[in-house]
Parts: sequence; C-alpha cells; structure tokens
Amino acid sequence: MALYSEKVMDHFRNPRNVGVIEDADGIGEVGNAKCGDIMRMYLKIENDIITDVKFETFGCGSAIASSSMATELIKGKPVSEAMKLTNKAVAEALDGLPAYKMHCSVLAEEAIRNALLDYAEKNNLPIDTVGM
Amino acid sequence: MNVYADNAATTRMSDTAIEVMLRCMKEEYGNPSSLYTIGQRAKEILEEARQTVAAEIGAEPGEIYFTSGGSEADNQAIRSAALLGKRKGKTHLISTAFEHHAVLHTLRKLEKEGFRVTLLDVHEDGLVRPEELEAAIGDDTCLVTVMYANNEIGTIQPVDEIAKICAAHGVLFHTDAVQAVAHVPIDVKKSGIDMLSASAHKFHGPKGTGILYVRRGVQLLNLIEGGGQEKGKRAGTENVAGIAGTAAALKETAEAMREKTEHITAMRDRLIEGLSKIPHSALNGDAKKRLPGNVNFCFEGIEGESLLLHLDDRGISASSGSACTSGSLDPSHVLLAIGRVHDVAHGSLRLTLGEDITEEEVDYLIENVAQVVEHLRGFSPVWRDLVQGKREFIL
Ligand SMILES: Cc1ncc(COP(=O)(O)O)c(C=O)c1O
Ligand SMILES: [Zn+2]
Repeated sequence: MALYSEKVMDHFRNPRNVGVIEDADGIGEVGNAKCGDIMRMYLKIENDIITDVKFETFGCGSAIASSSMATELIKGKPVSEAMKLTNKAVAEALDGLPAYKMHCSVLAEEAIRNALLDYAEKNNLPIDTVGM
Repeated sequence: MNVYADNAATTRMSDTAIEVMLRCMKEEYGNPSSLYTIGQRAKEILEEARQTVAAEIGAEPGEIYFTSGGSEADNQAIRSAALLGKRKGKTHLISTAFEHHAVLHTLRKLEKEGFRVTLLDVHEDGLVRPEELEAAIGDDTCLVTVMYANNEIGTIQPVDEIAKICAAHGVLFHTDAVQAVAHVPIDVKKSGIDMLSASAHKFHGPKGTGILYVRRGVQLLNLIEGGGQEKGKRAGTENVAGIAGTAAALKETAEAMREKTEHITAMRDRLIEGLSKIPHSALNGDAKKRLPGNVNFCFEGIEGESLLLHLDDRGISASSGSACTSGSLDPSHVLLAIGRVHDVAHGSLRLTLGEDITEEEVDYLIENVAQVVEHLRGFSPVWRDLVQGKREFIL
C-alpha cells in the first residue's frame, strides 16, 4: 500500500494555488519548527468573499497536499464559512491521511484561520470566533 | 531511468546467494543438531559458512556467532559486556551520540538498570576523536562501543586507534560494523577488535541474518535461552539457508569491493561535486573518511520527505533524515549530533550507491535532485525569507 492516497499525491505533485499575493488582505503563517512544516497563506477578500488565495509551504507531502486542498476548499467562499474549515474536512477531501500525518493538516486549518484573523484585525472587523 | 540509491537501507539480494539459499531450503532441510546424514549435511553447510565469514573478516571460525541480524548482534554484544563488567564492579559504558538505535536504545535501557553511559561527541565532520575517548575512560569502564561507519553520513571511525586505546586500558571494544563489512576492508585481528556486529542484508545477503564476532578469550552471555546452538550462546534451530546465503553474499560482495572500490569512490565524488553546485547546500560528514558509496547532503529551505516523494516519481529511491519521514518529531539524531540545526536537518538527503552504479546514473541523480530542490524552493516560505534577507542563510 502506498503511503498516501492518490488524491494526496495529485495535490502534492500539482499543488493548486501556489505562490504569493503581493497586496494580500490577510496573511497567516504557522510553523512547527519541530516537525519541520511551515505554511503561509495569502488571502484576497472582496465583499466578505475570498476571491483569491495563494500558499507557500515548507514541508512534507502531507503538508503540501493539505495546503493545496485547503485553498481549494475556501476559494470563493464567504469569510464566515472559511473560518469553519477544519483539518478533518481537509483530510477527508484528500481521501484520508496516515494517522501520524494528521498534524500537518491541522497546520493548513490554522494558517487559514490566522490569515482570516489578520484580515479582520487590519479592517477592524468583528469576527465570529465561535468554535475556534 | 530507475536508480536504487538506498543501499544503506538494504541491498538487492545477490543471485548467487539466492541460489545457495534455494538449494538449502529445497534439499538441505535437516536440523544441524540431528545425528543422521541429512542433519549432519546441514551442520556442514553451517560450519562452511562460518569458515567463509571468518576468513572474510580475519577471524577464526570459532569466533563467529550467527544471529537474527545486526540489531540482535549489537544487543547481545553490549548487554553481555555490560553484565560481565558489572560482576567486576564496572558499570561505565562509552559510545557515541550517533550510533544506530540498536546500540543507543540498548544503552538507554542499561542506563535505567543502573549503568552510566558516556556518549562521545562526533564533531562537525562526524568523527570520534581518539583522545576524547581516552579521556573518557575511567577505572569503572567496561565497554567502548563505537560504530565502524555511520549508517547515515557514512563517516569511517578511527577504529584501529580506538582499539589500541581500549586494549591499553583493559576495556572491551565492540564495533557496529553493519555498514562497513564487505564495503571497506576489515581485519578484526589487525585492528584489535574484541567484538563486531554485521548484517547480511547490507551486503546483498538475506534480511534477518546477522553476524557477531567475539574474540577468543572474551566471554559472551546469551540473550536467548534454549537449546545449545552456537555453543550455547544463541539458542534456536539455526537459519541454515539464511546463514549459507550470508556467507555466499559476503564472499561475493567482499570480492566485488576489492575490485570496485575505486569505481564507487569515483562515482561518489562525482555525485558530491555535482550536488555541491546546488546553492546553499552542504555535504554532511567528512568528504574523504566516508564509505565509498555514501553521499549525504542538506539543502536549505526545503523538507526531505517531499524531496523523496518527487525523486520516487522520477524512479529514484533515496532516504532522508527529516522528521516527517521518520514519523517522529525530531530530525535525524545523527545530523543533530554533527551540529546541524533543525531547520537544515529537515532538508537532508542520503544517496547510497551500489557497486554497479554508472556515470549516467550519477548524472541522472544530480540533474533530478537539482530540479526537485529548485521546484520545492519555488514555493517554500523559508526559502523566500532567506532570499529576501528576512532570515539568515545557514548553509
Ligand atoms: C549501523 C547499523 N547498525 C545496525 C543495524 C540493524 O541491522 P538489522 O537491520 O540487520 O537488524 C543497521 C541497519 O539498519 C545499521 O545500519
Ligand atoms: Zn509533516
């Protein structure tokens, strides 16, 4: 059996939305220096909708695929919905991750949340933190 | 192109060894302890294998014990020396920070049982300093165990000097030579080694068979209780086919080594030179005092597992000391022991070449590693920060 699902390998080989957004409305970074995975998310938000998202990741296959899938899941979505993204949803969309790799998908969830919080802070917006 | 460049993990089995083993399994099924002919034939195969193995490392047949692998040989040698030392009131053990876990975890366990353990520094070049070893030896030291060659970075330790120092102080010297046997010339008598561990699957033999050499006159305790096999030092009906395969593989690989060391070394150096051209990369371990086929690099700004996955897509089998490849939180203890910081240790790559490696294959490795590193750096936030000066380059 392969280490990763076909879906993970697809997102790892062809990551969606890689890069940076120079005039991003929100930037979120999480790093787990110990594990060796670092993620940075850039969001473009217009009228409460995430119109563009880009990411950069230093990390393992699971970290790269999780970042890629997470960006796909929130693109075009309202901020409130993106706030509710969970690592479980990311992992499920990837047809599962090995148990010891789940923490890499947590990073994707956290990177996005940090980017959204950054956006809220910059714009002095109240943000629904329920369930965080 | 397919390049298997993980020969330190395991090797492809020798056809000769496979044939020997098949014949053993099909025809020589007797129990070497049985008195009838087919049993005695199996016994003969066993003793022939013992002679072959002994001859290859400069030992006597009576000094060779067959085990279930390198791990068992390490466990037995260390535990035996420790327990025997304790009977004489000696409870201090010396080793290095970058041993294989078969050694380190055995030592850790002994520490919990009341032994004192000193782990020597292996410095940036991955080499033990004999004078530091000598300084560490005390009146209560019963064993020094230092690996012959490191499994990750391939550095070859000053074994002869270490053995001399141990002999002068009356301390037993064991060496985990799992990565060295059949890859560099070894003569246990000339070197003055008291105990040595080896593993067949690292020299084109079968997995699950190992060798423990114990110099005549050195007492050995057994780990496994049971029958009187291996002179009562290792109970259990012998793995006749595996042992015969071990001997055949050792003979063949040691011969090939004598012929091909120059070639493998040249290929290694070509690979090192090629990979050194990748910006912000560094070779791990001394460039010359290393196994002929071992290359180990750190590349700044990338993570090892993703490097391995992309290389696998390109037909290259390699390994890395990154945390995410091991499933643990920390990168390789070997890279940390030579002073590589976490950030850089995560981006390591080990390529271990086989005897038949060609120049074309080496160039294929260089080209593909360079491409994958560039690809991964292209969307690495760490790399961006390095390039933009927000983070300082380490390499
Ligand atoms: C240096 C070293 N010691 C011990 C071992 C363990 O050998 P085995 O796999 O035969 O138990 C290995 C193999 O991984 C090794 O490289
Ligand atoms: Zn990871």
